[in-house]
Amino acid sequence: MKKFKHKHLLGLEGLTCDEIEFVLDTAVTFKEVLERPIRKVPTLRGLTIVNLFYEASTRTRISFELAQKRLSADTVNFAPSASSVKKGESLRDTARNLEAMKIDMVVVRHSSVGVPYFLTQCLDASIINAGDGAHEHPTQGLLDIYTIREKYGKIEGLRVVIVGDIKHSRVARSNIWGLKAMGATVAVCGPTTLLPVEIEKMGVEVYSDLDKALWGADVVNVLRLQLERQEVGYLPSLREYSRLFGINRKRLALLNKNYTIMHPGPINRGVEITPEVADSPQSVILTQVTNGVAVRMAVLYLLSGGLEAAVA
Amino acid sequence: MPKKAPLPTPNARFPLVPSVIAGGRIFDPKTGSNKNGDIYIVDGKIARIEYSKPLSRKSIQSLGLEKVLDATDRIVCPGFVDLHVHLREPGREDEETVVSGSKAAAAGGFTSICCMPNTEPPLDNQENIRFVLEQAKKGFARVFPVGCITQGRKGEKIAEIGDLIEAGAVAITDDGSPVMSAAVMRLALEYSKMFKIPVVQHAEDLSLSHGGIMHEALVSTFLGMRGIPAAAEEVMIARDLKLLEAFGGRLHVAHISTVGSAELIRQAKKRKLPVTCEVTPHHLVLTDEEIKKSFNTNLRVNPPIRSKQDVEALREALADGTIDAIASDHAPHSREEKEVEFDAAPNGMIGLETAFGIIVTELVGKGYLSLAQAIEKLTWGPARAFGLPVGELKVGFPADLTIFDPNHSWTYRASEGFSKSINSPFDGWNLKGKVSHTLLGGRTVYPFEPRQEIETLPKKNVIKFAITGQKAGKKK
Repeated sequence: MKKFKHKHLLGLEGLTCDEIEFVLDTAVTFKEVLERPIRKVPTLRGLTIVNLFYEASTRTRISFELAQKRLSADTVNFAPSASSVKKGESLRDTARNLEAMKIDMVVVRHSSVGVPYFLTQCLDASIINAGDGAHEHPTQGLLDIYTIREKYGKIEGLRVVIVGDIKHSRVARSNIWGLKAMGATVAVCGPTTLLPVEIEKMGVEVYSDLDKALWGADVVNVLRLQLERQEVGYLPSLREYSRLFGINRKRLALLNKNYTIMHPGPINRGVEITPEVADSPQSVILTQVTNGVAVRMAVLYLLSGGLEAAVA
Repeated sequence: MPKKAPLPTPNARFPLVPSVIAGGRIFDPKTGSNKNGDIYIVDGKIARIEYSKPLSRKSIQSLGLEKVLDATDRIVCPGFVDLHVHLREPGREDEETVVSGSKAAAAGGFTSICCMPNTEPPLDNQENIRFVLEQAKKGFARVFPVGCITQGRKGEKIAEIGDLIEAGAVAITDDGSPVMSAAVMRLALEYSKMFKIPVVQHAEDLSLSHGGIMHEALVSTFLGMRGIPAAAEEVMIARDLKLLEAFGGRLHVAHISTVGSAELIRQAKKRKLPVTCEVTPHHLVLTDEEIKKSFNTNLRVNPPIRSKQDVEALREALADGTIDAIASDHAPHSREEKEVEFDAAPNGMIGLETAFGIIVTELVGKGYLSLAQAIEKLTWGPARAFGLPVGELKVGFPADLTIFDPNHSWTYRASEGFSKSINSPFDGWNLKGKVSHTLLGGRTVYPFEPRQEIETLPKKNVIKFAITGQKAGKKK
């Protein structure tokens, strides 16, 4: 029986194709649980998990919490506001306190890159990164890949285009690492001010011409445009962004026949994606949300030391 | 014109005895002289340097020499000079004081250190400069204060530079902050011409580096960390060189860190512009890859540690003479300020006690620099850049000497150091090359507890010890 050899999930960088497949296969089992009349299994009974969200989050936190509840874990939510952190105790002290309270697992989101790693250095618990700055958001990457695999039955050979603010996107980075490991062709496309330097060295195709990027693509993952990017001058206007990088019906003609539209949410309708595309049958945006719970259940289960297909 | 202040010297509380530094390899980077010999110290000054012919019994006796320090298999050179340290006093005495910082300097072989004015309050007036010099009297090294370029380091109005020099400042800088206004920089260069001192620029265009926490390149792209582009430093240096060419003065660029910066200065030197620059040991050794491995906040410095190509270019620039000096940019920070998220940590690492070991181990040991070049960049190079009357071996000059064993292996432990702070990414590194003695004006300031190695000579044996040097190994 296979066992997941990692104690923490800090990112998808460095995970092998087999390891990702293992998580996805496990998630398939859990997705089936979610379709039962009683959507709960006793798998993680007795395990204590803290959701430590330094950065505001609705869907990721709820998704994790649901995943934990469906697995019968005991969960505690802690969402210190940024201002209270400034006045209050340091991250290190918070970590030490958690350690003293005998926690098995911590799901952490923080605006500073490296905080999940920092916690692995001062806690015995398993750490799951729920987003650290613009670095990684591995469970989002996994659920995106899960959703693609569910539809096409494979990842290898597919052409996936990630569109938007690549520079500030942890979703983009986790997707790139994961999809590359699984053998997809990955392209990124965005305004040149929002493409990080040397991004091509991550092994992706780089475009600033959306029509060229979309040509022959199977999957388009549309990133949320943080509206403040315009305020600090990365973009002259949302109108121009929408015109150059918005996904609309006309552009869909460039894609392969059986295409898929994804978005990690929340959507700025009319900015990065038009409502008709977001709500079209090819859009799997809500499927992503459903799959998010199953994938997070798989991650929680595997990191707690679970074995393959042990779910009854 | 203000009279320049006298050589800053700590109170004479260490024993001063006429002595001989015997049998070491004596290296003077100014003259390039590199031979075995003996140095005779009388009244705290270098009285005589004898390479070939040992002194006669009579002349040694006439010098009244009482002690000998056996320097066999060691190198004796001018005391190291550090152009860039932060002593944090006044304002952050919890992190470092003039005394504790100078003690760390002595342990690292530095006899002269130039302290930066970004204290609280800053060194932008005579009173504060004099305060530092007064504190330094209790210290372990010569402390040369560097005054502010602008009042309150605000970058707006130039400080009373003449006053600062009269009080003892040897250069001016707003280090930590650049002088962003080209017009103010022009005035600083022009005004400082009267006093023949360098204007030291912390070269960083803040509009380009804004919000950045590491070098902008592939690793910052991997990590999603906000980057500080190399261009933030380079556009400032290019601008300043243009100002220097147009308006005169002397420019010293602090802690250069990029391929482009080195090239700009190389070209400017070819055109004979009066520019000098320094590099830190960490920019010569560490790359941005390290941040990815550990997120160690002690790796957070400004300018940021750069990429491999930058490190290689800086090593070349050091070897070809583009870079004049190795300076530690010793920047102590408290534990509580550093034990935080990478985003929230202040910039800076300590370096006085590791500079020499790092340079010998990583640069000399790996063939990027000869030992002679390394010593030059730690002594005569920096002294010349700031016009300090130190950094050479000259008869009649105070005997500021550093004696070291280039082959001595040791492990650096920040917690065992003499700085008040421990923010070093080199903690636990195995280093080669260790200072065994630091002499300041003929007085042994390091080791802090005098060891057996400095022996009182039986009067009759003076010649034997002094001449051969080797017999001194037979200790009683």
